[in-house]
Amino acid sequence: MELNIDIVEERNKSVVRLSGEIDVYTAPQLKEKLLPLTKMTGNEVEVDMEFVSYMDSTGLGVFISALKSSNENSSKLKMINLSDRVYRVFNITGLHEIMDLERINKVER
Amino acid sequence: MGEVINSSIEGYKDLLKSFIETQDERSLYGVEMMSKSFLKNNILPEEIVDMHIQALEELYPELSQEVKHSMNFLLEAMISYGIKQQEIQSLKEKQFAIQSEISVAAKMQNTLLKTEIPQAKGIDIGAISVPAHQLNGDYYHFVKGKDDTIGLAIADVIGKGIPAALSMSMIKYAIDSYPEESMKPNVILENLNRVVERNVDPNMFITMIYAQYSPRDNKLRFSSAGHEPGFYYNAKENKFTELKTKGLALGVLGNVQYQEYMLEMKPGDMVIFLTDGVTETKDQGRFIETQEVLDPIKKYKDLSAQEMVEHVFKYFEQLQDFKRRDDFTLIILKKEV
Repeated sequence: MELNIDIVEERNKSVVRLSGEIDVYTAPQLKEKLLPLTKMTGNEVEVDMEFVSYMDSTGLGVFISALKSSNENSSKLKMINLSDRVYRVFNITGLHEIMDLERINKVER
Repeated sequence: MGEVINSSIEGYKDLLKSFIETQDERSLYGVEMMSKSFLKNNILPEEIVDMHIQALEELYPELSQEVKHSMNFLLEAMISYGIKQQEIQSLKEKQFAIQSEISVAAKMQNTLLKTEIPQAKGIDIGAISVPAHQLNGDYYHFVKGKDDTIGLAIADVIGKGIPAALSMSMIKYAIDSYPEESMKPNVILENLNRVVERNVDPNMFITMIYAQYSPRDNKLRFSSAGHEPGFYYNAKENKFTELKTKGLALGVLGNVQYQEYMLEMKPGDMVIFLTDGVTETKDQGRFIETQEVLDPIKKYKDLSAQEMVEHVFKYFEQLQDFKRRDDFTLIILKKEV
């Protein structure tokens, strides 16, 4: 159970590439890296979740605090390339209606 | 500590001398006893090596330089070893203290959150909740109203451990303070959402289904705050369907409206509520499919509701590679035939 977090800083944009599993053990690491990015006013934070094989509700907790922080600091938060299983967790909890999510493009695969 | 060593050195010297000369069992036994007493008195490994060096030099003053250097080398090695060992010991003690605090918290959680499965005419209820660790992040609660209406809450607090356990008691006492008969499930969730949003840390949120069963019209009314969907079993058609619901988890936004859903329970019908600890079961390294969650439920559907939930739990527990990484809660309501 491991999570790799790779951050590429562009102008006014941070791309966060995740691979592995987001659970109770790895969520604190993600929070530590993700939250500061949402605190930069005007920053656009894009989280690429293509290689996230598993996410539990603790992982959702991190995205909720990131969303709250981006609303407070006028930054943007977007999650892209969500697999069906990861999207399901956002969907059940009703978060898909208040978060910017993009599911993985199945046509290309 | 020094005293123990000082009082032992002569004895040690004698044992060592006797062993070097004859390799007898008795001196081995003697040194074994001595080691036990060192352990009891928290003697460090380097102190024993130091004592050995002293004894050796007194017995054989003509010892070669090489042997003397090698003994000092060993002494240094033992000093580093001793320091690390002490660190581990002190961590173990701390860990033990934390564990006993958690077990006190777990006991308190059980007392605070105690709920009894109500006995009600015409409906058979079964419930099980098994924590993955000591503290349970899942929670269920039953309320029986004056007109025999049964209120039921099933919840999963995200953010585990002690904070979750504490916020759960807050939820329970909030529910208890509501005039149950007069409140609809969606209104209860709307109220709870405000309580959670105001009082809980931004990292934490709660998913919940609140349901009410009325024996008067055999109707189940329920609302969901982002909770894992349950299932409805239609006995006549022998068919299970997922209870699709909408609603945001509690504690994410301040003002949220919830929808109320309703279904009629006819004889033999069942409603199943669960938490993601059930649906996220792994079998041979892969997650089970929604339909597979229903396999054991179908298998045991003719048992009583309580026997069913217990057998379903055992079924998942026996799956190969079953690792409970999340708390597991399952509630079944069965309309009696």
